Amino acid sequence: MSSLAVWYLMRASGVVSLVLLTAVFALGIATAKRLRPVRLPRFVTLGLHRNISLLAVVFLAIHVATAIIDPYTHLDLAAIVVPFTAGSNALWVGLGTVSLDLVAAVILSSLLRRHIGHHVWKAIHWLAYGSWPVAFVHTLGSGTDMGTLWLRLVGALLAATIGAVVLWRLRGRNGEKHFEPRARPTAPNQLPDRQTIERVAA
Amino acid sequence: MSAVAARVAIADDLAPQGDRLLPADADGPSTWSEHIDRYGPLPEFSGPGRSLLTAVEESGLRGRGGAGFPTAVKLRTVASRRSPIVVANGTEGEPASAKDKVLLRRNPHLVLDGIIGAMAVVGSCEAVIALSQEAHSSHDSLEAALNERPAAAKAISIAELPERFVAGEETALVHWLNGGDAKPTLSPPRPFERGVRGRPTLVQNVETLANVGLIARYGAGWFRETGTDDEPGTVLVTLDGAVRRPGVVEVEIGTSLRRLVALAGGLTGQPRALLVGGYFGGWIPVAGNGDIRLSDRGLAPLGASLGARAIVVLPAATCGIAESARVARYLAGESAGQCGPCVFGLPAVADALEAITRGGADAAAAVDRLPRLSAQIARRGACAHPDGALRFVDSALTVFADEVSHHLAGRCTATSPEPVLRTPSRSNWR
Amino acid sequence: MSDHLRVNPILCDAYGHCAELLPDLIQLDEWGYPIIDDTPIPHGLEGDTRRAVSSCPRLALFIEQRPEAGRGLRPLGTGRTSL
Repeated sequence: MSSLAVWYLMRASGVVSLVLLTAVFALGIATAKRLRPVRLPRFVTLGLHRNISLLAVVFLAIHVATAIIDPYTHLDLAAIVVPFTAGSNALWVGLGTVSLDLVAAVILSSLLRRHIGHHVWKAIHWLAYGSWPVAFVHTLGSGTDMGTLWLRLVGALLAATIGAVVLWRLRGRNGEKHFEPRARPTAPNQLPDRQTIERVAA
Repeated sequence: MSAVAARVAIADDLAPQGDRLLPADADGPSTWSEHIDRYGPLPEFSGPGRSLLTAVEESGLRGRGGAGFPTAVKLRTVASRRSPIVVANGTEGEPASAKDKVLLRRNPHLVLDGIIGAMAVVGSCEAVIALSQEAHSSHDSLEAALNERPAAAKAISIAELPERFVAGEETALVHWLNGGDAKPTLSPPRPFERGVRGRPTLVQNVETLANVGLIARYGAGWFRETGTDDEPGTVLVTLDGAVRRPGVVEVEIGTSLRRLVALAGGLTGQPRALLVGGYFGGWIPVAGNGDIRLSDRGLAPLGASLGARAIVVLPAATCGIAESARVARYLAGESAGQCGPCVFGLPAVADALEAITRGGADAAAAVDRLPRLSAQIARRGACAHPDGALRFVDSALTVFADEVSHHLAGRCTATSPEPVLRTPSRSNWR
Repeated sequence: MSDHLRVNPILCDAYGHCAELLPDLIQLDEWGYPIIDDTPIPHGLEGDTRRAVSSCPRLALFIEQRPEAGRGLRPLGTGRTSL
């Protein structure tokens, strides 16, 4: 493969990964909000969230592999998992590495969900909220196509989507058990305290 | 420790004949030497307290915490496991009940004796006494007793739990002792399998343990001299409501309700109904029930049981439905908030009872709604809290059926709005 | 020994996916929580049951082995056999 083709493939797979990650993010929030898409059962939302995340892994793998093969990027294998160790462009590439690490943690923990239990899984899954912004900044900084209109439009659209779903997540209840202790009934409990029955009657 | 296996001595001159757990001749707790003068020394236990286990088995002692489970079975199950721990449950979250607090305050040494006996039987070297954070006098009494017994004090500690209705449920108790909230957890595993710090845990009511302390001295035969064949021994019962002297009495199991009320000084007026067994118990009508025996067997035909051993007399002047609605709201508020059917179902039940109390158009709809609600709530929580609440509500609708009809027609036969059943309001779980 | 489907009502948060995936065994109450058929899992539904168990977002569903029907008490958190 010519190095130019590799370079284009790296950039394309990067953009596709970001788009897919945005979709996964939105679908994850839709699952938490118990969204019922029109006439579709809710498990479809969760199923799409999981399957698209696996698809995103594929494109991420291509993105990372091509980034290593590309002679111009001077990346070694270590730079993939250890952030900010790449020679040139260390900051932006480092952010990509951070994002990859976070995504890997989320994906791995989800695959091993049954073994680590819900609470541990949930704690790790919160990292997902960090992985998208980091990936986005990585794109802004190291993406060579950032000068083009189309990528700026795509970027704006993705950012707007994320902003919208995060707002949606934060507002209102998500349908979980929400226990509100009711106001005390109208007849106030004016009974003397328990001392009166803490006696020996007989 | 003596090399001879523990012998269970029968000391006829010391064995209590009347009040066993609450000595009639003393107002407050005894010192250890007074305690030994009254009851005799506690036998030394060497090796696994097997003969004590046999004695408890033959005595037919059943748990005094509400479930009435045979104590020897519990002891035997935990004894077969390694590194167990004993928990004496004195939390008593039932607002209508004060008997555990009274027992701990007046006879802490006997409870300690029972704990030591249970520890010997199951082979444990550690025990915890669980109390409510608000039971100050019981706490002080226990501490003073432990100070007199340094060997016991090394092995036995006191824990103070929030004053919540479900805090004394055995998995909630274990959860709190493990550092969590006093909220029940799903079982399996049950505490006897994996409890405090993952160890097999014996959870036993303090009154049950006090009885073990007596059986250790006087044996099974003596224990069976009072009570009934199925349910031997005495019970501590709390009486509250329209009686002259509300408080705790000790009676033989099988005593008639009439005698029980007489011990509390008699009625202060015409009664409407009796609540038997605390807030997870049931209402029973008064008419013709004076001779009903206070035992699970005696109460069964009326759909009631000893339960939390708390009896409240509802005066005729008070509305049974209104009181039941207040308790239903209390029980909804005491939900641990962990399971959907309980979190949403119990407030809905309380809403329905309050609608019936108010009468009018909503009341009829509420009466229809209650069975549908019950069907969706029963047995769907992680613990028995929703089921107990449903049992209470069901008995209210049965016994106060006439009042329900009155309310539907916009009338009420009660004359006093004064509340009778206690519904303390708390919000902490730790 | 028979296999029974159970839910941990403490973990369950009324996502409702299980009732969609396994309508033969699970229905929802008026608050969205699952009412589970307590009888042994019927032949032919084992695969679907396992799929429902692994797709629960809270890992609240599980399969429990019990001695033959009729022995012992039905555990709490099992719902009823029919609505």
